[in-house]
Parts: sequence; C-alpha cells; structure tokens
Amino acid sequence: MLTSAGQDTAAALRDQVTAFLASRDPVATEPVEFLRARFDAGLAWVHYPAGLGGQGLPRSLQTAVDAQFAAAGAPGNHPERNGIGLGMAAPTVLAFGTPEQQQRWLRPLWTGEEIWCQLFSEPGAGSDLANLSTRAVRDGDVWTVNGQKVWTSSAHVARWALLVTRTDPSLPKHQGLTYFVCDMTGPGVEVRPLRQATGEAEFNEVFLTDVRIPDDQRLGEVGQGWQVSTATLMNERVSIGGGALPREGGLIGLAARAWRDQPGQRTPGLHDRLLRLWADAEVARLAGERLRQSLAAGQPGPEGSAAKLVFARLNQEISEFEVELAGEDGLRYDDWTMRRPERVSFLDRGTGYRFLRCKGNSIEGGTSEILRNIIAERVLGLPPEIRVDKNVPWKDLPR
Amino acid sequence: MTATTESTSRSGLPGLLYSETENELRATVRGLLGDRAAWPDVLARTETADTYDTGLWRALAADLGCAGLVIGEEHGGAGASWREAAVVAEETGRHTAPVPFLGSAVTATAAALAAGDAGLLAGLAAGEVTAALAVPFPAASFAVPAPTVAVGALRDGDPPGVQRLTGTVTTLIDALPATVLLVPADGVPAALYAVPAGAEGVTLTPAVSLDMTRQLADLTLDGAPGRRIAAGDAAAAAVRAGLVAGAVLLASEQLGLAERCLEMTVAYVKERKQFARPVGSFQALKHRLADLWTGVTQARAAARYAAACLADGDPDLPVAVALAKAACSDIALKAAQECIQLHGGIGFTWEHPAHLYLKRAKSSAAGYGTADRHRATLAALAGLPPAGQA
Repeated sequence: MLTSAGQDTAAALRDQVTAFLASRDPVATEPVEFLRARFDAGLAWVHYPAGLGGQGLPRSLQTAVDAQFAAAGAPGNHPERNGIGLGMAAPTVLAFGTPEQQQRWLRPLWTGEEIWCQLFSEPGAGSDLANLSTRAVRDGDVWTVNGQKVWTSSAHVARWALLVTRTDPSLPKHQGLTYFVCDMTGPGVEVRPLRQATGEAEFNEVFLTDVRIPDDQRLGEVGQGWQVSTATLMNERVSIGGGALPREGGLIGLAARAWRDQPGQRTPGLHDRLLRLWADAEVARLAGERLRQSLAAGQPGPEGSAAKLVFARLNQEISEFEVELAGEDGLRYDDWTMRRPERVSFLDRGTGYRFLRCKGNSIEGGTSEILRNIIAERVLGLPPEIRVDKNVPWKDLPR
Repeated sequence: MTATTESTSRSGLPGLLYSETENELRATVRGLLGDRAAWPDVLARTETADTYDTGLWRALAADLGCAGLVIGEEHGGAGASWREAAVVAEETGRHTAPVPFLGSAVTATAAALAAGDAGLLAGLAAGEVTAALAVPFPAASFAVPAPTVAVGALRDGDPPGVQRLTGTVTTLIDALPATVLLVPADGVPAALYAVPAGAEGVTLTPAVSLDMTRQLADLTLDGAPGRRIAAGDAAAAAVRAGLVAGAVLLASEQLGLAERCLEMTVAYVKERKQFARPVGSFQALKHRLADLWTGVTQARAAARYAAACLADGDPDLPVAVALAKAACSDIALKAAQECIQLHGGIGFTWEHPAHLYLKRAKSSAAGYGTADRHRATLAALAGLPPAGQA
C-alpha cells in the first residue's frame, strides 16, 4: 500500500501528466517531438534523475504515468524495438556514464530514435564471457578495436552498441577488460545475419576491423570492464509489470487446443504426457506469479533463475509433444526462407518452428547448466568450481 | 502500486506469499517441534508401543491452539484460515512429527465443519477431542469408496439418535490416538457417525506400517454405538470436504518435508570431503541440488495456491488440489531419494533420518489420491479428454 505521502506524490504526478497533455495534443503532435518533450518534462521514467527524463521518484509510480499517456492516445516509445537500450544500456549509462555521456545518449535512447545492441558474446566466449578476446588498443584519445562478436540481436538496426573489449592481455581475464559505447554506423563495423536452425536470422555476427572509438565513449575506467558488464547483465529486464499470463496462455495452450481439435491423433501415452505438461505449465505459471508478488512486495528472491530453467524445459517438451500429436503435419515445415523477424513469436508459426526454436531456450540468456551453477553457488551456497584460470594472465590461458 | 501481500493481486490470482502472521506461527511451531520432535526422538519412538506422541500433540493442539486454527471463534477456535493451517502442516512435515495434525485438525475437522456439528467442533477446538475420519488413507475426494460399515439392530436402552455400527475399515491414519472416529456407514440414508474410540465394540488394530511416524490402523466395529452427525448428501459432502482439505494440507506437509531434505543434503555436501574437496563442489551434485531447489520453488507455489483456494472457497479448488498434490507428492519423494543418494552410505543407515523422510514421502504420495490420479482429474477439469473419448 502507498503511504499518504506516496499518494500525494502519485496525485501530483497525475496532475503533471494532465497539464502536459493539455499543453500538447497527444494525437496531433509529431510523435518524436512529443516523446522528446515528455522526456524533457521528466515524465519518461520518473525514477531517473531530473534532467535525464525523470524526477527521482519511486519506480513503482511509472506504471500509472504510462497508463495515463496511453489512455490519452499519446505515442509510445515502442520498448519492444529497443529492449537492450531501455533494459540494459540505459541503466549502465546512468550508473557509469559521465554527465556528458548521459546527456548525449539517454534521450534518443528513450524516445526510440536510437536503437542499441550489445556486443558481448564471442565465438570463444559464451558461458565464459570473461575469456573474450576482442582487442582494444589505445593511441592517445582514440582506441582501435579488432575482433568478432556473435549472437547480437538488433545489430542491423542499431545506432549504438555496448562493447566490452580486452585492453590488457597480461592481466588475469577479469581484470584486463574495458567497456565502450561503439558507433554501429562507423567504418570497420560489419554486420552479418546469423542464420539459425529455424531458417531465419534473429541474430547477427559483428566483425570489428580497425574500428576507431574515441576515449570519450569509454564507460567506466580502463580495466573496469568486468564490473560494468556485470552491472549491464544484472539489469536484464525483470518482467514485473505485465502480470501473469492467463491459464493456457503460453505454449501449453497451443498443445491443449490441438489435442481438443484432433481427437483422431490421441493416444494413451500422449494423454499422460499432456496431463503432466499441463500440470507442470500451470504450476510454473503460479510460481511466476509468486515471483512477481515477491518483487512487488519488495522482496526480490532468487526464483528467477528457477523460472528460466523450468520454462526452457517445458517449452522444449511441449513443442516436442506438439510435433508428435500433429502426425503427418508434424513432418512438414511452414517456411525455410531466410528472414529477419522483427519480433520473435512462437505462437504464429508451425509446430516444427517451435520445436526447433525452443532448443535455443536452454542456451540463450545463460545456459541451463550455468543457471544450475548459479543456483547451486549463490542460492544454496555450495562451493564454487575449482578455477584454474583465476590468477593466470589471460594471454597464457589455454584456448 | 506496491501490491500484494493482501489476499488478491491484480492478476486475479490469490496472494501466494507467506504473511507476517504465518511467519510468526511457523516460528512458534518450529520452536516446539525442534525441541520435542528432533529426529533421534522421532526415530526412537517408532520402535515403541506409543508411536504417537500424545504429550507433544497436546502442546501443539491445545497449548498452541493449532487444533482449532480453522474452527470459528463461536466454537472456541482461532477463526484463522486454511492458509495458516497449511503453514503448520509444512512444519509437521518438516519434522515428520508423530502427531495426528493431518488426520484430526485437518481431515476430521474439515468433515466436522461441513457437517456443522457444534459439539464436536468445540471439543476439537479445545484439544479435548482428537478425531479421525474412518476412510482408507489412499481414498481421494473424487473417488470416495463405498462405506464398508453397516447399521445394525439397536439394543435395549439405546438413547435416541444412536445407531449400532458393524464393519471394517482398513488403513486409517491418525486413528490410534483418536478419541472419536467419524465413520461413514451404509443405511437409509447413508450417514456419517461419531463413534467414541473407547466404546464397546470398537477395535483398532495397529498395522506395521511403511511409515511408522504415522502408524496406520485397521478399524473393526462390532455393534459399536454411533451418533449421526450428517446424513445423505450432507454426509457424502462432509467426507469429500475432509478428503479435499486432507489432500491440500498433505501437499503442504510434503513441501515441508522436501525443504527439510534439501536443506539437510545441502548442509551435508558442504561438509563431506572426498578427493580432498567438499563433495558439494562437484558439478554432478550441484546440478542435482539446483534441480531439486527448482522443483521446490514450483511445488511451493502450487501448495500456496491450493491452500488459498481452500481458504477462499475458490471455484478453482479442484484444479488447485490436483496441481498441489501431484507436484508436492513428486517433489517430496524426489527430495527424500536425493537425500539418501547424496548422503551416500550414511544416508542408507538406520542411524540417519533420511529413511524416515523416504518412508513418509512414499506413504504420503499414496495418501488422499496419488499424483497420477490427481493429474487424471485434470482431463475433465481442463477439458483434455483421453484417447477414444469426444
């Protein structure tokens, strides 16, 4: 519950939005102009500092502000197009950027004028991100960067990238890293689509060849790249806002509908599996709701890693079930054409697509094996892996 | 808005967290059981004639008031809800406490509440009456077996309202310490009777049980006097209410047991060294424990949801019961099995409590409907008919 002071703040904020909407027609104003003005009025993300789109208020007040703008028909900033920008780049720039960097980057990021991507993973640095080998070499006020990044969403539409590089190979791997913001439109940046098993390319490979980055685009100190990267990854968006999906709202709903629509395909063995999957999916939905309730009550728990483990397994098992239930149709595929999907939807493609795409669920965003390590070490307090690479200069590690 | 320790969140789902009151209740019950139901004591008692700890039960039921948690204040109860009772069940499960909380304060009490029997409820709330529903432990609310007890001829001098009952009911839990047995019996109409356990014609035969921390008994009635507390549909509804509440709270008990097994195993693998390192540093063990913890987080959500649905009379209760009993039966058994395996040799000995948890987990998995049978109810509840049916 809000305190009475909190209620006063919420009411004041509501009046502020009302006044803002009265001064600018939310429908007739050019969308970018409207969004820039909203940012300048401190109504973009109220928990950000004044002058950077916010007013230093509690984050919980944002939902009502967004709802009020939406109800007035105001243009949105399409957060689904700039997930990395809003979810990861913005908090990192806020935490580690200089005032000049914050002024330069945050407004066009929030309005959606500039899309961001993340140049972290490399062919030789997946689960072991700190082993990355993209080199940045300093020459006065400019750094020259060479290397290859992979699994980069939105690289083909991004203006800026969060880039972590190795600047001192003679130090142990976590210490010799430095973090930059890279201009994706500059010379030496080559983006190639990375085609997946599904036939489409959601992601990219990014080749960096003699890319020149001015030192004023460095985030954090030289050698502080690991701490900045960790902060970025900690800010992976927590889906606290949306509320729980309804029952059968996920993949299980597709499987259940297919079961109801195709009585001829049913077998006792499939029935047993479906009931198990239905029960497990419903329990996972309740566990997701419980996690949301803890976050809303200000008691963030470690259950998020459990949720990802469970969803990866369930998605895979449900999509396997769907292919089998589909019989002959399960042997066909909707479309192998190489495409660049704007948004990944599991729901409007065929069973074969889901079967293949779900294999990525236990790899992307932390493999299920790494998540188990994290749960074992950080939640259960079990001893860490014996590390042979901790105090060895990076250049001397076997690879 | 900073929703939702209240009962409902904006998702339409009930609050699934533990309230402050529940946490305080848990601490109190844990304190008592920690003192008086430490596992060496629990183990030792399984080899005595008194497998139930009546002194501990009195402390829990009467002194702490746990017997009357869900009974209204007008009957001398606490007027709390099944959510609080579920927290007590987590704790009795965690300790495999040899007390008839499940049979008396949950199953029999739910039946008595449904029957609306004020005298019985007052006795239960005060901790003066310990009751057991005379239905085999494996019975589920969706598959109640036909009564195996019949109404016979009255005797001279029987007061009005008393019937004479004859028959046998096998595999009862928590009947040995009961003072009153709630017996469904055939007749016109079929009815539910309260039979004093000490009356003439009542024989309870203890069974050597897989789980001696909750020893089973077979009941034989030979012209035993019973007072009718519900008849016809009301009697059947009272039995179902008992079995539904039993299944929901048994799920919470299983959750408590699973958490205990997980904690104990995690603590052990941090201490135990082989190959000059704690065995808990091996990834093969870490991953198994991470999976177990993950399963517990899921089961906890299911158990809390079922307790909330039972407390609120939510129409989704049948689905919630099935989800909770299935999830918690599976996780309790898995946790107990992992507890033995990850302890290695010591976990297989009599001197280690792991076997108590395994026996409790395996028996409870069969209680009030197995996981399989509960999942099977979802076919009708969720509209997922089996092969060969429209």
